[in-house]
Amino acid sequence: MTKLIQTIVDGLGVGSTYALLALGISLIFGVMHLVNFAHGELITVGAYTSYFFFLHGGSWWWMPIAIIGSAVLASVATELIAFRWVRNSSPFTLLLTSFALERLSHAFWQIAVSPKQRAFPKPAWVFNQFKIASVSFEVMDVVTIVVTALTLLLTAVIFKRTLFGISVRGAAEDFDAARLMGVRANRVISGAFAFAGVLAGVAATLILMRSPAAEPSMGSDWLLKAVIAAVIGGLGSFSGAVIGGLVLGLLETLTRAYLPEVAVGWDKFSTAIVFVLIAVFFVVRPDGIFRVSHAERV
Amino acid sequence: MTHMLEVDNITTRYGAITALHDASLEVHAGELVALVGPNGAGKTTLLNTVAGLLRPATGSVRFDGNDITGTEPARLVRAGLALVPEHRRIFKDLTVEENLRLGGSTASVADRRERLDEAAELFPVLRAKWTTSAGFLSGGEAQQLAVARALMSNPRLLLLDEPTLGLAPTMVDVVFDLLLRLRAQGRTLLVVEQNATRALGIADRGYLLRTGRVIATGTGPELAADASLFDSFIGGEA
Repeated sequence: MTKLIQTIVDGLGVGSTYALLALGISLIFGVMHLVNFAHGELITVGAYTSYFFFLHGGSWWWMPIAIIGSAVLASVATELIAFRWVRNSSPFTLLLTSFALERLSHAFWQIAVSPKQRAFPKPAWVFNQFKIASVSFEVMDVVTIVVTALTLLLTAVIFKRTLFGISVRGAAEDFDAARLMGVRANRVISGAFAFAGVLAGVAATLILMRSPAAEPSMGSDWLLKAVIAAVIGGLGSFSGAVIGGLVLGLLETLTRAYLPEVAVGWDKFSTAIVFVLIAVFFVVRPDGIFRVSHAERV
Repeated sequence: MTHMLEVDNITTRYGAITALHDASLEVHAGELVALVGPNGAGKTTLLNTVAGLLRPATGSVRFDGNDITGTEPARLVRAGLALVPEHRRIFKDLTVEENLRLGGSTASVADRRERLDEAAELFPVLRAKWTTSAGFLSGGEAQQLAVARALMSNPRLLLLDEPTLGLAPTMVDVVFDLLLRLRAQGRTLLVVEQNATRALGIADRGYLLRTGRVIATGTGPELAADASLFDSFIGGEA
């Protein structure tokens, strides 16, 4: 029982990071039908920003702001520099553009800094534990879950209440109809990229607190999981992305924790089993948990 | 009379297909103009070109004397031109209220609030479903929402594309009443209608389109009475 609770908390911790990233991917897919494979690079940008600031006497007190800020700038810049110019091209062109950006980012950090990992200090409290009724929790897990919950709550309020949020949802459903309402295409797309940048920045902060190091290709593993989470939830569905992230996180930690220990190293198969389960899921339900009726419109 | 809208010899293509050949029309301030013709005549293409969704290959569109050819729809809405598009295209995932707020996205906060109240008053059906997802509305309700949503930007010129398509006869009456009320409010209307006789019956003037060309124009009753023209598209192929 104790193990189960701890595993679930772990799973929610990892899953909420996936959820933040998947939401960003789903958001951008919604407004421009792009599966943004460069989205994970925002984590990398946040990591090198932290590394840079820690070289010059940075502190975790304000580092989250620097990480989120850099992720937002990078996200908006990719749209301005790259995606805007291919906006009306085929989805395939958009996809290739995002792959190119991802590769460029890897190469850039390898050349500009180093192909090797660069570590920086972590917050002192990260691996502290506390106990509630003989179940011990990691502080960082709780911080991750609470911060994600607050971020998602704020996101929900913005999407429900503000004109920006309604514009993004409207544009995700029918972009031309939104333009007929007076929504400026450039503005709503820039806004969506900025918002996805905030979400990725929060995710990056949580990731970097736990493993404080920068590495050129660090964004790619996260990105793959986030894309899977977004697809599980149904690309373009915002609540689906969040649920997809949590499901994926739980699936991962549960298989890792409960896989039979027949031989040493069997836990390594947890990722493989997760992927097999996902494959089965897509055979049964190819549109994800939440079917988005307008997703086929390109 | 002042020309509010002047469409001058526009040709619009979809790839190799020319949907509109040298089409011209004009709408004066305060008029209700009907645009009729068989399916595939280019009516929707014409409205979409005027509203900025499509860019004509040649020709020009002027609104209030300013050249607006190929201008982004978002700017035209701010200038006072709104389109109720074909198939309504209401946002099904948004509530009725959110649809309306988005329709008023170009207005100031105070204006938007005021117009929301007006919409609730003008469309009691919508007020009853204010916080319902628009995807759950009936056809007639959805059409009223589409018009109400376009009115949120307080347009001087309103383009409507097939506002009665797929509606029950009683709802068709409601929509035609609405058109007359909007004209009485002093709005200028350009309406594409499949219900040609009836549309021409209430229109000040009409244009008849066929295979991408304007083939006749006149006052509403004139055009409606012209049986020979009428046969040409009632019985005619697209």
